[in-house]
Amino acid sequence: MQYVAGIDPHRTSTGLSNRKMVMWAFLGSDVLFFGTLIGTHMVYRGAGAGPREELLDIPITSISTFVLLMSSLAMVLALAAIQRGNLGSFRLWTAATATLGMVFIGFQMYEFTVFAHEGLTPRSNIFGTTFLVMTGFHGAHVTVGILWLWSLFFASFKGKVRQATSLDVEVAGLYWHFVDIVWIVIFGVVYLIGAYGAEAVEGATHAAARLGLG
Amino acid sequence: MAANIGILRRPVAPTGIWSWVTTVDHKRIGILYGASALFFFVLAGLEALLMRAQLATPDASVVSADTYNSLFTMHGTTMVFLVVMPAGAAFFNYMIPLLIGARDVAFPRLNALSYWLYIFGAILINFSFFMGAFPKQSWVGYSPLTSHVFNPGSGVDYWILGLQVLGLGTLIAGFNFVITILNLRAPGMTMMRMPIFVWMTLIISFLVIFAFPPLTVALTMLMLDRFFDTNFFVDIKAGSDPLLWQHLFWVFGHPEVYILILPAMGIVSDVLPTFSRKPLFGYATVVFAGAAIAFLGFGVWAHHMFTSGMGGWANAAFSGATMTIAVPTGVKIFNWLGTMYGGQLRFSTPMLFALGFVSMFMLGGLSGVMHAAVPVDGQQHDTYFVVAHFHYVLFGGSIFGLTAGTYYWFPKFSGRMLSEKLGKAHFWLMLIGFNLTFMPMHIVGILGMPRRIYTYSPDQNWGTLNALISFGALVLAFSILLFIINIVRSFRSGEKAPMNPWGASTLEWTIPSPPPHYNFAVVPTVSSQHPLWDEEANVIEPPAVPAAEEPQMPAPSYWPVVLAGSITMIAGGLIIYAGMSWAGIAVMAAFGALGLRAIYGWIFEPPYAEGAGHHHA
Repeated sequence: MQYVAGIDPHRTSTGLSNRKMVMWAFLGSDVLFFGTLIGTHMVYRGAGAGPREELLDIPITSISTFVLLMSSLAMVLALAAIQRGNLGSFRLWTAATATLGMVFIGFQMYEFTVFAHEGLTPRSNIFGTTFLVMTGFHGAHVTVGILWLWSLFFASFKGKVRQATSLDVEVAGLYWHFVDIVWIVIFGVVYLIGAYGAEAVEGATHAAARLGLG
Repeated sequence: MAANIGILRRPVAPTGIWSWVTTVDHKRIGILYGASALFFFVLAGLEALLMRAQLATPDASVVSADTYNSLFTMHGTTMVFLVVMPAGAAFFNYMIPLLIGARDVAFPRLNALSYWLYIFGAILINFSFFMGAFPKQSWVGYSPLTSHVFNPGSGVDYWILGLQVLGLGTLIAGFNFVITILNLRAPGMTMMRMPIFVWMTLIISFLVIFAFPPLTVALTMLMLDRFFDTNFFVDIKAGSDPLLWQHLFWVFGHPEVYILILPAMGIVSDVLPTFSRKPLFGYATVVFAGAAIAFLGFGVWAHHMFTSGMGGWANAAFSGATMTIAVPTGVKIFNWLGTMYGGQLRFSTPMLFALGFVSMFMLGGLSGVMHAAVPVDGQQHDTYFVVAHFHYVLFGGSIFGLTAGTYYWFPKFSGRMLSEKLGKAHFWLMLIGFNLTFMPMHIVGILGMPRRIYTYSPDQNWGTLNALISFGALVLAFSILLFIINIVRSFRSGEKAPMNPWGASTLEWTIPSPPPHYNFAVVPTVSSQHPLWDEEANVIEPPAVPAAEEPQMPAPSYWPVVLAGSITMIAGGLIIYAGMSWAGIAVMAAFGALGLRAIYGWIFEPPYAEGAGHHHA
C-alpha cells in the first residue's frame, strides 16, 4: 500500500458515473415492482365475475402504444441534440417527448373513463382491481417522467442544461425508455394475450387437429 | 448560487443538534443508525420480557390476550425492521467507506434521507400506541386477518404505512451502497481484495433492491383493499385469494432473512482472521457462498407455506431448494473453522462473540434443515420449535455477529476501547441467557405448544419449561444491560484507542481513531488484500496534511430531513383520510407540495458549501 498524490477524487472505479449506475439499479428494482403487479394480474386471470378483457380496445390502445414508442424516438433525438450542444433542437425534442407522453396519458384517461361507464372500476371486480392498479401505476410513472422532462426543458432556459451536463438528460432518458418498455410488456401480455389469448389457443388447437397432431 | 434557492439557509455549524439533523457525513449517520437501533432493541426487549412475564406461569393474567397480540406483533416488526436492519446499516454506513478507502458514500444526501425515513417510519408505526391502536396481526400480517372485518382499528394502517416509509429508506440505502462499493473503491482495491464485510454489504444491497419492491406492492395492495375497498385479498366470494398475500410477503420475506444474517457473516469473516493472525481460509469461496445463498434465497419462499395446501410438487421443489441453501452455508462454516485452524488465537471480546455466532448460528441452521423437510415441518409449523429456530439464527446469528462488530469497531467509532472485563461478562451471560431462553423452546415446541398463544393451562405441563425460558430471558436482559453500561462508560472514560488496537490488516486501521471527517487525507493506493500485514512495518503512518489543504467534504443539507418528513406526513395523511377524508387530503396536499419543494431545492443545491475552494489531495 502506498500514498500517491494527485489522484482525481471524482474518478470512479468502473469509469461509469454514479448517477447513471444508480438509475440502472433503480430500474432493475422497478422491474420487480411491475413484475409483481403484472404477475398478480396474470395469476388472477379468469378469477371473479363482471366486465373484463372484452372491454379492452385493441385498435385505440395500439395508437396510444405507437404514440409512446414515438416519444422514445423523440427522447433519443433530445439526448443526441444536447450531446452535440444544440440547445434549440434539445428543447424541441424534449417538448415533443413530454407532449407525446401527455397524449398517452390522455388516451389512458379516456380508457379509464370508458371503463367506468361500462361498470369497470377498481372496486367492481378482481379484473378491475388488478388491471387498473397495474396500469394506474404505469401511468403514474409516465406522469413523473413528464414532470421530469418539462423540468429539464425549463431549466435549459436558465442555463442549467448544457452540453457539459448532458448526463442529466441521459439519466432521464433511461427512465423514460424503461417506462416505455414496461408498457410494451403490459400491451403484449395484458392487452394482446388478454384479448386474443383464448382465440389464439383455440386457433392453435384447430391447426394442430388439422395436422393430425391433436 | 445557493442563495437564490431558498427559504432555508445552508446549515454551517459543525456541532450542536442541527449539525446532526442536517449531517450528510457517513460516520455521523452511522452513529445515528447505531444509537437508534440500540434504542429500539431495548424497546423490543421490553416487549419480549412482558410476553415472558405472561407466559412464565400457566393461566397468568399479566397482560390481556389483545395486548399479547400487540406485543408479539410489535416485537417482531421492531426487531426485524427497526433493530437488526438498521444495526446492519450502522456498520454499512460507518465502515464501508473506510474499508474501501473512500471519503464518503456515493450519495451523501440520499444517505441522510434513508436514515430520516427509517426514524420517521419507526415513529409512525409506534405512534399507533398513542392512538390506542397497536397493530396485532403479527409481523407477517396474513390475509384475511388484516382485513377490516377482523382488524377494524387503525393499527394495521399504521403498520402498513410505517413499513412503506421504512422500506423506501431501505431501498434508497440499497442503491447507495451498490454504487458506493462498485464505484468508490480506492485505486488498487479490486473486487477480490475487498474485505468480506464489503462483499456481504454489496450482496445485501442487491437483495434489498430486488426483494423490497414485492413488499412495497403487497403493502400497497393491502392498503388499497383497506382504504378503497379493492379486491386483492379479501373478497373471497368474488374470487380473490388470501394466499396471494403469503406468496408476495415471503417473496420479500425470505430474502429478508438473508438481509438480516449476511451482515453478521461479513463481520465474523473479518473478525476471525484478525484474532487468528491468519488470512481468511478460502476467501473466494466465502464470497461465492455468500452470493449463492442470496441467489438461492429468492427461490425458497414457499417453505413458509408448506401447510397451506400448495400440493406435492410445489412442496417438493421448495423443500429441495431450501435444503440446497445448507450447502453454501456449510461451506462458510468450514471456512471459518479453517481460518482458526493453526492460527494464533486470541480470545478478546470480539473473538468470543464471533465464536458465539459460529456455534449458535450453526445450531439454528441445523434446525432449519429439519423443517425444510415437508413432513417434519407439518409437525413443527406454528409451534415454539420454529420460534426457537429463528431466534437461534437471528439472535444467535445476527445479534451475536453485530455485537462482535460493535466490540471490534467501537475503538474506531469512538477513539476509546470497550472494557474487556465487562465485555467478557457480557458475552458469557448472553451466551448462557440465550441458551436458557431458546433451547427449551425446542422442547416445548415438540411437546405441542403453539406460537402466538397468550396463555396455557396447568394440565398441559408446559409450566416448568416456560418458567425456565422466562428466567433465561431475564439473564439475557441483564447481559444487554451490561452491554449498554459498557458502551456508555467506555464512551466517556474508556482507555484511549490506538490506530490499530487489534493488529488487524485492513484499511480502516491505517487512519486515526476516530477518523477525521474526510477519512483519508490522501487516498491510499492498495496492492493486496491485507495492506497492514503485507507491509514491512505493521503500522503505516498516513501522510499529514496542513489544515488549509484538508479535503473539502459535501456540506450539510436541510432537504433530506424535510423530504423524509414530508413523505411521512403524506403517509400519515392517508391514515387521517381513512378516518375523515377532507382533513387527510389537506394534509397530503400540503406535505406533497412541501416534498416537491424539497426535491427541487435538493436538485439545485450544490453539494459543496458556497465559496469553498475544492482541495483535492
